Amino acid sequence: MKRLLDIALPVTVAVLLLGAWEWAVAHWQVPPYLLPAPSAIAQALASNSASLMQALTATFLITIEGFFGALAAAIALGILFSQSRLIERSLYPYAVILQVTPVVAIAPLILIWVGFERVNLALSLLAGAIAFFPILSNVTLGLKSVDHNLTDLARLYGASRWQLLRNVQLPSALPYLLNGMKTGGVIALIGEVTAEFAAGSGTATGLAWRITESSNRLEIATTFAALALLAALGIAIFAALSLLEWALLRRWHESAISRQS
Amino acid sequence: MTLLSLSQVGKRFASAQKGGGTQALDRLSFEVPAGQFVSLLGPSGCGKSTALRLAAGLLEPDAGTIAYPQGKPETAFVFQEPTLMPWADTLTNARLPLDLKHIARSEANSRAEESLARVGLKGFERAYPRELSGGMKMRVSLARALVARPRLLLLDEPFAALDEITRNGLGEDLLRLWREDGLTVLFVTHSVAESSYLSQRVLVMTGRPGRIAADIKLPDGRDTRLAQPTIDAQRIIGDALNTAMAA
Repeated sequence: MKRLLDIALPVTVAVLLLGAWEWAVAHWQVPPYLLPAPSAIAQALASNSASLMQALTATFLITIEGFFGALAAAIALGILFSQSRLIERSLYPYAVILQVTPVVAIAPLILIWVGFERVNLALSLLAGAIAFFPILSNVTLGLKSVDHNLTDLARLYGASRWQLLRNVQLPSALPYLLNGMKTGGVIALIGEVTAEFAAGSGTATGLAWRITESSNRLEIATTFAALALLAALGIAIFAALSLLEWALLRRWHESAISRQS
Repeated sequence: MTLLSLSQVGKRFASAQKGGGTQALDRLSFEVPAGQFVSLLGPSGCGKSTALRLAAGLLEPDAGTIAYPQGKPETAFVFQEPTLMPWADTLTNARLPLDLKHIARSEANSRAEESLARVGLKGFERAYPRELSGGMKMRVSLARALVARPRLLLLDEPFAALDEITRNGLGEDLLRLWREDGLTVLFVTHSVAESSYLSQRVLVMTGRPGRIAADIKLPDGRDTRLAQPTIDAQRIIGDALNTAMAA
C-alpha cells in the first residue's frame, strides 16, 4: 500500500502538471519556439526517435566509459593511498585541484590533445575526470574507517598487507565506495554533457549536441525531447547504482536495512 | 613453567600538546604460569588494557622486556566489543584466524563450525552479526578466539557491555573452555565479583602510571558465585583494591 502511494502520488503530480502545461500553451497560444506543448514534445520524440535514440546511446556509452575509467582509477589510487601515507600526502592535493577546476575550463585542452578525430575518447576522459574525485574521496575515507581492533586482530594472526586489504579493509570500504559511485555516476553524465557543449558540433553525436542543434533551428520541441531523454538517463544511472548498493549491502549494512515496525 | 613474563615494562603515550603525554605503565612486572587463569583488576585508565596489548605484541614497550620463556604461544585476543566483520556471516567471522593462516577452506569451515558449537551457536553459522544479540555476538568473538587453538587467551573486559545475566552465562562458558583446553588466560576486568569467581589469581593494578599493587592467589572451593569462599575472595580483593587506591 505504501509502495503504491510512493508511485501513485508523483505520477498524479506529473499528470496534473503536464495537463496544466498543455492547457496553458493552448489557452495563451504560446508560440512553439518558446514553449511547445507536452503533446508536441511527444510528437517530436516520436518522429525523431531514431536519431534521438542514437544520440542517447552515444551519450550513454561515453558516460559509462568515463565512469568505469574513473572507478578503476579511483579504487587503484585509493588503495595506494591506504598503503602509503607518503603517497597520499603527495598526491591528494592534485586530486583536489582536478576536482575544483571546472571541467568546461579544461575541455578545450583535452579536446586538442586527444584530437577531434577521437572526440568520444576526449568526452569520456572529461566525464571520468569529474566522476573521479567523489569516488576517490569516498574510497579513501572507507579504507581508513576500518575498526582498529579488527586491524589489530588481523595483525595478531600475522595477516599480510594483501590479506588485510582483502579480508578487512576492502569489505569495510564497500558502503563508502558504493555511495561514491552513486554521486560519481550522476555527475559523470553532467560532465559528459558539459564536455559535449564545449566540443561544439564537430563530430559529436550525443544528446547535448542534439540540444544545441535543435535549439539553433528553433525546433524547441526536439530540444525538450532530448532534455527528457537526458533526465531519464540520469535517473536510470542513479537507479541502477542504488539497486547495486541495495543488493550488496542489504544483508549487513544499516543504510540498506529497512526496519520492521 | 612461566608462559608470559613482563619485567620492568614501561609505556608512554605521546599527546598532541607539547610536553604532554601519559606514562601509562612504569616498571610493571608480573609472570603468568602456563595454565593459570589470571585476572588483571583495576579502575578505568590504570593501564591494564595497555598491559594486555603489550602481552599480545600489539604494542611495543618503551622500557623493560616481555618474554615468552616457552616460545611465543599461539595467542588469541577478545575485545570489549565483539569486533566482528558486519559484512560476513557467523561462520566466516569465526573462520577469520584460519583464513589469515592460509588453512584450507574445508578444514577451516569444519573447525569454525566446531568452535561455534562449543559456545552454543550451532545453527547460527549463516546468521549475520546484526541478526544476533549482544551476548551471541560475544560468543562468536569467543569462538573466533578459540578456533586457532590458542595457548594464551587475552580478554579485555569482554563482558563489560553486557547485562548481568548474559555476563554470568558467558563467564561459565569461559571457565568451561579454560578447563577443557588447558588455556592460559589473562583476563582484564574492573569487576571484583567477576575476578573473584573466575580466576585463580588476581593482580590488582593502580593507575598513572600503572603498576601491580597486590598479587592475590585465591583459595579453592569457589564452585559457585555465592559459595562462601567466593564471597571471602571478594572481600580480600576488595580490601586490596581499597588499600591500593588509598595509597
